[in-house]
Amino acid sequence: MENIAGQKSALAWATRITVLALVLIWLVPTIGLFVSSFRDRDQISETGWWRSFLPVEQGLRARASVDGIEVDGNTFILTGSIYDDKEVLSTVGDARPPVVAFGNAGRNPGQFIAGETADLGDSETLLVNEDGSYRYVVNEDPGKRGPRIYFYASTPPVFSFANYRAVLSADNMDQAFINTLTVTIPTTIIPILMAAFAAYALAWMDFKGRGLMIAAIVALLVVPLQLALVPALQMHNAVGIGQSFVGIWLAHTAFGLPLAVYLLRNYMVGLPRDIIESAKVDGATDFQVFLKIVLPLSFPALASFAIFQFLWTWNDLLVAKVFLPSSEEAKVMTVKIADDLLGSRGGDWGILATAAFVSIGVPFLVFFTLQRYLVRGLLAGSVK
Amino acid sequence: MNPALQGLVTIFIGVGGCMAYFYVSNLILDKVIYPAKGPNISQNINRANLVRPWLFLLPVIILLTLYLVYPVVGSFVRSLYNRSGDEFIGLGNYSSLIGSSDFRVAFFNNALWALVVPALSTFLGLVIAQLTDRLSWGNIAKSIIFMPMAISFVGASLIWKFVYAPDPDIGLINAILTSFGMEAVDVLQIPFWNNLFLMVLLIWVQTGFAMVILSAALRGVPEETIEAAIIDGANPFQVFFKIQVPQIVATIIVVWTTITIGTLKIFDIVYAMTGGNFGTQILPSYMMQFMFRDDGRATAVAVLIMIIVSPVVISNVRQARKELR
Repeated sequence: MENIAGQKSALAWATRITVLALVLIWLVPTIGLFVSSFRDRDQISETGWWRSFLPVEQGLRARASVDGIEVDGNTFILTGSIYDDKEVLSTVGDARPPVVAFGNAGRNPGQFIAGETADLGDSETLLVNEDGSYRYVVNEDPGKRGPRIYFYASTPPVFSFANYRAVLSADNMDQAFINTLTVTIPTTIIPILMAAFAAYALAWMDFKGRGLMIAAIVALLVVPLQLALVPALQMHNAVGIGQSFVGIWLAHTAFGLPLAVYLLRNYMVGLPRDIIESAKVDGATDFQVFLKIVLPLSFPALASFAIFQFLWTWNDLLVAKVFLPSSEEAKVMTVKIADDLLGSRGGDWGILATAAFVSIGVPFLVFFTLQRYLVRGLLAGSVK
Repeated sequence: MNPALQGLVTIFIGVGGCMAYFYVSNLILDKVIYPAKGPNISQNINRANLVRPWLFLLPVIILLTLYLVYPVVGSFVRSLYNRSGDEFIGLGNYSSLIGSSDFRVAFFNNALWALVVPALSTFLGLVIAQLTDRLSWGNIAKSIIFMPMAISFVGASLIWKFVYAPDPDIGLINAILTSFGMEAVDVLQIPFWNNLFLMVLLIWVQTGFAMVILSAALRGVPEETIEAAIIDGANPFQVFFKIQVPQIVATIIVVWTTITIGTLKIFDIVYAMTGGNFGTQILPSYMMQFMFRDDGRATAVAVLIMIIVSPVVISNVRQARKELR
């Protein structure tokens, strides 16, 4: 194999570069969201997140002050600092970022470079210095309201938790977070026990109709959820549950059961026969065998199902939209983001990014700490 | 009551109730109905063992019947009635659906999704599984590719909005386009191609799934077959396509069908990204337009989705029955 060594290293490099490129494609969008969630909302709309560590040229506007007006023949000279303007103060506060460009028209706010006197025609001139001081010469008496000055200031990058505070307090996201937990936790825990008993029966008890039951479970595994929506909701309305948390608990539990039974049965079938049979010979009932032997041994399968079900219920939008009331108090995070924030805050990218990250955070935590079980579950469910 | 508190109570009732049900029903079976004593002891034990599996299965059977088996029938029956559900109109909903151009667009797009997403996800998953296998940092790369599995489709939609946004200061694609001096475009409004841009999201999510499973399958390929091929002078591409891939075809098919089924059910991406506008509607999102407004048509769309999925259901069941024997 010596003769292909050179070829091999070229191929190895190609491999490394391809994988690196793929990893970047996979990672970059998420990083963009993450970085944006910490950025200042005004800065997000000025530069892309990939330039977020550079100073931002933020567009601002002020009104020339008429307080220190000087009259020189038929010209009027206005002087002062744009950083004394109330409108500017309310956005940049006491920070006086250097001015880079200015202009006198809103459609071309960065027409002139700071520090150079601009000729506006009709012998009118405007000068804005880097420190914000200006000298505006006009032909007509401005009256009580001075003319507008538009300018760009080079503001340093700002990162803060302001978006997180805004999302959690103003947008009811805290309530939605709790609602998501309220939906997720019961529907992760309850199906496990039910499914475990059923899986044990299908794996270790011999009875007529077992094959049929297993086939039914496999078939239900792929029945589209869409079919269940209308009839199940009608059923809920008929028995008085209506759209409520009770309804979504029942629905999620039922929808999770086929996968739970299937995964657990596949795992339990593989448990060593000797242990179970010797326990039975010693006089243990099925109930005892299940509780004391099979259930503890099945922990990895139980864990992987729990992770699946948790991720699925946490991330679900469809079931929540149908089975929960559409009132503000009952919204889960996915519904909140998809229906409220994307509509009302459509252009507010900082808030959107933050809301998304709040909803992604918990699944990420589960995912990275319990990835081993997740992979094991995937393999048990799909590879035969 | 506060829903969170109610949730805690529900966990308690659910788990406690399940335990109590299993314990008490077993007790009644063994002590009251068929007691393991007296003259009929052996007959009683046998009878108890005939009933017990059904006791274990009962809660699951009840819930699955109510929420999955009955709805298959219920949806079909409902789809034969009109909007308010009081008049039988036969296949009226279906014929009006097939007559509407919106439905045809949704159906065509759905077919496109079902072809493109599984093919590309499986292909990329397979390639990444093979490429990362021998790298020292392969596991980190795999973790990153696998990561979108944890993200909701709503979250994924927002993440990709930061790529697709028409504003070159927000969207990565338009930033790149404008830096080359081209006009910024709203990629989600380009007819036909916008569907493919939406599919990218699902491929981004599903490739990790394909990769994990195919990577395990590739490791299961016997080492001797690969070594023999190398000694016979096969190059790495030949080893991969002629030795390794043919041995994991069964797994590739499983991955392919699993992703296909998933693809046919996804409604979140279209809902959050375009709301079905600009010709991007697919059947699940089309159905949600009728949900709460016209249950007759909503269920008709659901039944059509079921019909599309049914070949997979049948082949899965066949496969499962074969394994049982």
